[in-house]
Amino acid sequence: MSRARRFRSDSQNPGALGRAKRGPRGCGVGYPALKYSLLAFAAAISLMGTAQAETIAITHAKIMTLGSAGLIADGSVIVKDGRIAAVGANVSVPAGARIIDAQGHLVTPGVVASNTALGAGEVEGEATSDDFAGATDHLSAAFDVSLGVNPASMLIPVARMGGVTRAVIVPELPGRGDKKGDKLFAGQAAVIDLSGSANSITRRYAALSADASSGAAGRIGGSHASVLQRLEADLDEAASYGANKGGYEHGTHRPYRQSKEDLEALQPILQGKEPLLIEVHRAADIRRVIELGKRLKLKIILDSVEEGWQVAGDIAASGYPVLVDPQTDLPNEFESLNSRMENAGLLSAAGVVVVVKPPYSGDYARQVRYNAGYAVAHGLPWEAGIAAITRNPAQVFGFAEKTGRIEPGLDADLVVWSGDPLEMLTVPLHVLIKGEEQPMISRAQELARRYGALDPAQPPAYRH
Amino acid sequence: MVLSACATVPPQSGASQTSSGGNEQAKEKSYPGLDPASDSDPFPSTYQGLPSSIVALVGATVFTGTGSRIDNGTVILDGGKITAIGANLPVPAGAKVVDAHGKFVTPGIIDAHSHLGVYATPEVWANSDGNEATDPNTAQVWAEHSVWPQDPGFIRALEGGITTLEILPGSANLFGGRAVILKNVPGRTVQDMKFPGAPYGLKMACGENPKRVYGSKNRAPSTRMGNIFGYRKAWIEAQDYRRKWDEYHKKLADYKAGKADKAPEAPKRDLQMDTLAGVLDGSILVQNHCYRGDEMAQMIAISHEFGFHISMFHHGSEAYKVADILRKEDICVATWGEWWGFKMESFDGIEENAALLSKAGVCTVIHSDDAILTQHLPQEAAIALAAGRRAGIEIDEAEAIKWVTANPAKAIGVLNQTGTLEPGKMADVVLWSADPFSVYALTEQVYVDGAVVFDRHDPTRQPLSDFELGQAGPAHPGARP
Repeated sequence: MSRARRFRSDSQNPGALGRAKRGPRGCGVGYPALKYSLLAFAAAISLMGTAQAETIAITHAKIMTLGSAGLIADGSVIVKDGRIAAVGANVSVPAGARIIDAQGHLVTPGVVASNTALGAGEVEGEATSDDFAGATDHLSAAFDVSLGVNPASMLIPVARMGGVTRAVIVPELPGRGDKKGDKLFAGQAAVIDLSGSANSITRRYAALSADASSGAAGRIGGSHASVLQRLEADLDEAASYGANKGGYEHGTHRPYRQSKEDLEALQPILQGKEPLLIEVHRAADIRRVIELGKRLKLKIILDSVEEGWQVAGDIAASGYPVLVDPQTDLPNEFESLNSRMENAGLLSAAGVVVVVKPPYSGDYARQVRYNAGYAVAHGLPWEAGIAAITRNPAQVFGFAEKTGRIEPGLDADLVVWSGDPLEMLTVPLHVLIKGEEQPMISRAQELARRYGALDPAQPPAYRH
Repeated sequence: MVLSACATVPPQSGASQTSSGGNEQAKEKSYPGLDPASDSDPFPSTYQGLPSSIVALVGATVFTGTGSRIDNGTVILDGGKITAIGANLPVPAGAKVVDAHGKFVTPGIIDAHSHLGVYATPEVWANSDGNEATDPNTAQVWAEHSVWPQDPGFIRALEGGITTLEILPGSANLFGGRAVILKNVPGRTVQDMKFPGAPYGLKMACGENPKRVYGSKNRAPSTRMGNIFGYRKAWIEAQDYRRKWDEYHKKLADYKAGKADKAPEAPKRDLQMDTLAGVLDGSILVQNHCYRGDEMAQMIAISHEFGFHISMFHHGSEAYKVADILRKEDICVATWGEWWGFKMESFDGIEENAALLSKAGVCTVIHSDDAILTQHLPQEAAIALAAGRRAGIEIDEAEAIKWVTANPAKAIGVLNQTGTLEPGKMADVVLWSADPFSVYALTEQVYVDGAVVFDRHDPTRQPLSDFELGQAGPAHPGARP
């Protein structure tokens, strides 16, 4: 299985199979109709460009802080200079602050789409628009997806409309059958914010993406066993390099399969400073990856783990967090025969830190909150479902000092929801990224407006 | 309308043979199968409903599939049919009463675009039977001949409330082949699952897929104009084929009536042409994979040129751009709540699509095309509903449930039998733990023809495919937390 699930179904790429992916509502939930005002849109866009963040007070909010303050039934969040200045039931509103009256609606930290191509690709069927699969023979572990991030991607506003404020872009190995390499490392993951601004990189080198799936086995021409052996051999080579860099410069080292750039990129992994994000599915493989990680003292994030529930105790004991897509409940591969919807809930109950991810492709990023909802429907506690798309990914990918909770000092990534954020019938009412309220419009809403009411006197092309 | 539908008896298997014209020539040598008119149903349904009892679902919020919502509703199932529905109905003597207070009842969910069975899990080469991608016109192949009844996906879909499926061939070809309608019940053979009396569909595909698949093989079509040529060429052949058979049958009748000396020479039977001729005769419904609005207009022009009707555009990402045309042509549109952007022809797919279509009066359908999404079809509809409301289009849930019940039933030709909760219809019913548009809603019971085919709380009513027998994970849904 490939992490990417590039083509989901026959409709997209006949002949190639792909699992799909996919995502009550509060009583009296309001659906404020968007006012398609071009002036408002233009104003909002221009606002985004300004460096002066305004002071905002979100009042009368039910606040799920995911921090020490827990759930605040009726309180305020004060946003100043792009950060959260105060949060609580009894905080005072600064003079001159713009007030967003939440009218009792829920406020959460912005949603994180973990393990996505969002920002590094536009149309997955068009290879020329993809920037997430760049690893080559000489640039594998070192491939840095952040350098290809396009903050102006048309997919970003669409995800933002769904309450997503940050994304963990994880590169994947090239190869849709046409560009097979023999690499296991897809490159360096990056965290971005979804403001669309030029400086939207939150963190580079958030994790190194590696593949221990049957897809990787196929790529290197071997079995799951050879994947693990190869993984260890590559790391061993990097350790040799790290211990004798002088020898590399003077050409007195043993022959290395990997490039200097790749060997360098593996040093923080060997030092346990940067996590290794490993796609692994089968219970037996998960155990072996854990064993390898412990032996080499690696910091590991286990990705996919459809059969994780069968070894939940082992994963919990390892302390390694997991990324799961809760909807993957079919025996799609021989390495994921025991997939089930309860996976996230069972792992969480065993004490594992669970991150819920959307399907990989960037156009799916907004689904992540529904995925958390499905996990909750099948046993994950609701609070853990919210944490799995906010606090946990920030912690696991090393940007907890920036966002993931509503606490003073953190970036003001905030969403005011019309109801329960995990419900399809709920929509975001306000989205703030680093203290700036985002325009609630994307190209999709412009298309809807253009074609929603046809006018023979003014053809669609003239309506924008 | 419903009562008359109730009186419609599905054709008995074999009925078509007894009415075939071959018997009069009993003394002559017989060559069965040479005349397409002699047997229109060579793979007849052997579906038989599971045993059922009289059931009263009492106290639920009921979405009828006709646009109504009944609070504190009662639905009576008897003899495999819905016999009564309303608020506070009396419970018939002997009925098994299911307390549904606080729960929801809907018609069985219908997925009008599924590849279960033809692209079964596990996704291995051996199970990849959905695309006969060897020629752009394979109208001669039938999806049912690829269906593996043991696909675990059928049972997952059942747990998601799916009671009726249209299984289509893939979209590699201009003409992919015949689609088949199944009742989502475990069967030993595909015939055990075939929906009695349902019409066949013809899968057609627009746009990128055919031109990519054949263009990459350096053969036609490699462009959209090549696609259109391919359709028209085939319809011309099909009309000619019909004409030849019509002439033959007329001459044969003359000969039998003694008006001619010589028996006419029969045309050669062609399975590809049989399917296309079935469309032109109106007995096979066109199910057309088509993303772009401008291409839909091209396909409509072709349907006018050759005199057939397109039943539904599938995927339909840009249908909102031509909603007025689709309404006028009475063509349904099946789409997703939020899939978009995976290729150029879906790049203008918007979440508001279904709501805009519904508002314009188009028969709107939410479909899956996917073994996971099919498990969550009402939730996918909820995404579209929420986007519509956000855009100021007020559609209530009683209306939106039609996107996954009555409307797909209409588009695939089974609305007279299922798709709504009305007396006389098949008792295909789902009992939900919560509002089916909620992410937390789970099916509690799924009825097909009045029989419990899935019960979340009764391990004896939880089917398991052969493939999953003996495995640890999904093998014991009753043990799930």
